[in-house]
Amino acid sequence: MRTKAKYVAFFVVPAFALVAIFVVYPVARTVVLSFLDSDGKFVGLQNYIRVLLSREILNLEGLSRGFPLGALVHNLLWIAIHLPLTLALGLVLAVLLRNVRGGAVIKSIIFLGMVMPMIVGGVMINFIFDRNLGIFNAFLKIFGIPAKSWTAYPDSALLALIFGSVWLWVGFSTVLYSAGLETIPKDLYEAAQLDGASALKIFTKITIPMLRPITIVVVTMTLLWELKVFDIVYVATMGGPGGASNVLALQMYTYAFRAMDFNRSAVVAVLLTMSTLLVSLPLLRTLRDDRT
Amino acid sequence: MKPKALLVSLLGWLVALVWILPFMGVLMTAIRPLDELLNGWWNFATFRPTINNFAGAWNHPTAALSKGMLNSLIVAVPATLLPLFLATMAGYGLSRYRFKLRTPLLALVIIALALPQQTIAVPIFQMMNALNLVDTYLGLIIVHTAWGIPWIAFFMRNFFTTIPKAMEEAARIDGASDITIFFRVVLPLAMPAIGSAFALQFTWVWSDFFLALILIYSPDKLLATQRIPLMRGVYHVDWGLLSSAAILVMIVPIVVYLVLQRYYIRGMVGWSLK
Repeated sequence: MRTKAKYVAFFVVPAFALVAIFVVYPVARTVVLSFLDSDGKFVGLQNYIRVLLSREILNLEGLSRGFPLGALVHNLLWIAIHLPLTLALGLVLAVLLRNVRGGAVIKSIIFLGMVMPMIVGGVMINFIFDRNLGIFNAFLKIFGIPAKSWTAYPDSALLALIFGSVWLWVGFSTVLYSAGLETIPKDLYEAAQLDGASALKIFTKITIPMLRPITIVVVTMTLLWELKVFDIVYVATMGGPGGASNVLALQMYTYAFRAMDFNRSAVVAVLLTMSTLLVSLPLLRTLRDDRT
Repeated sequence: MKPKALLVSLLGWLVALVWILPFMGVLMTAIRPLDELLNGWWNFATFRPTINNFAGAWNHPTAALSKGMLNSLIVAVPATLLPLFLATMAGYGLSRYRFKLRTPLLALVIIALALPQQTIAVPIFQMMNALNLVDTYLGLIIVHTAWGIPWIAFFMRNFFTTIPKAMEEAARIDGASDITIFFRVVLPLAMPAIGSAFALQFTWVWSDFFLALILIYSPDKLLATQRIPLMRGVYHVDWGLLSSAAILVMIVPIVVYLVLQRYYIRGMVGWSLK
């Protein structure tokens, strides 16, 4: 028994000591900071109320006047557009590319967006939507739509970033769904074909249900990514113009390291963390099946 | 080939084309002189490639990438190897021993996977400040190590639960201690998984921007990713310069990906799928 304790200590303690000091403690400290004022006095939920009522986070006027709508709404918008698009595109591409010669090469190309640093990803998005060099404008020109730098205008900055980030992220869902398709037994398909099921029916009744575990993982990871998005926005628009493409992670940084307000920044960090924890509940649940 | 199969292939390659066009764009913008870009980088009436832009980004007067990439390497190598070593041990411990804190630690690992870096930013800055480690690579490497341990430990633990224990049992009967077994028997078996974790952790540390942003500020210490936002001009964007810089900074993770593609994808799929 004592030797077991010795080995547990040897293997597990060094790593988790570092995690405790440099991850767990800072998280706890941030939670504490969110309830204090700048003099370190406890102020209850006052910081939370101030943050949630500020225009940077939630700008209800924007609903009638247009962007900015506030970082919180911008993140939600990011999720509402980016999540279904990357899921659907990834699934369709994974199914499609199985029957394409050189499909593996195409997948590698699509996956490049995931491999590059996101700070470069932001530069690429700017490039795609640039007035002179961007292919998006070159494409619109065919339909006679005048060119502009879409990331530089309040009305379109956030949407340009969101659609650009679809281009960056689809590789993830494609590769995961491709791996998932490999795990579906072939005789399921053969049986369905023998019964005369249509391709659409096979897709909706076999492929999609069998991919459910993968879908949970892809949705979770994608949601986490959408909530944490920072680099892209920092380099491409800095949240601008006029806050029109601001997001929570960037607002936290602005509060903390531009305005030097560690308490309001802590509130944003806590709100962000609560969202990401909520999102990762399905992953936590998998631990329960693991007590063997 | 049947017409339908041909159509599917055509569609597939069309998608590939859409995805690769922006890469072609930055490459062309980087290697062509400004006057050739006025009608679009896709216009090839004349084509006189130049390396001036790359040289400009490499030797930039205020944000030279030569220095930036060297700095990134100095951070990324220890910030990959250190957590890899510690977390492989932790993952092994979590998979082989049943102890009271095991499930809470696993839960902690998953929670840590979900955390945004913003949550630790301010306290980390204050701690590093107290330790005199702000604006040092040591401080940044420590944070990357602590930040990387949870996911690597989780990944390695998942790997260890899949490999049979027969060889370990045999070694134990021969009188080897658990520590000897880990280094002599288990580590060699774990090399493929360690390869996957290496590829991903190295890529992520190299690509990191946020932690560097809050901890490193001296101009000559800035990492490669930090120099990208500095590359563009104040009044107009110098796309030749910025494109070259973007290519230089992304080429490192892309090479890691291409060389270790099998490990990379397996890591990506493996740590997402239990």
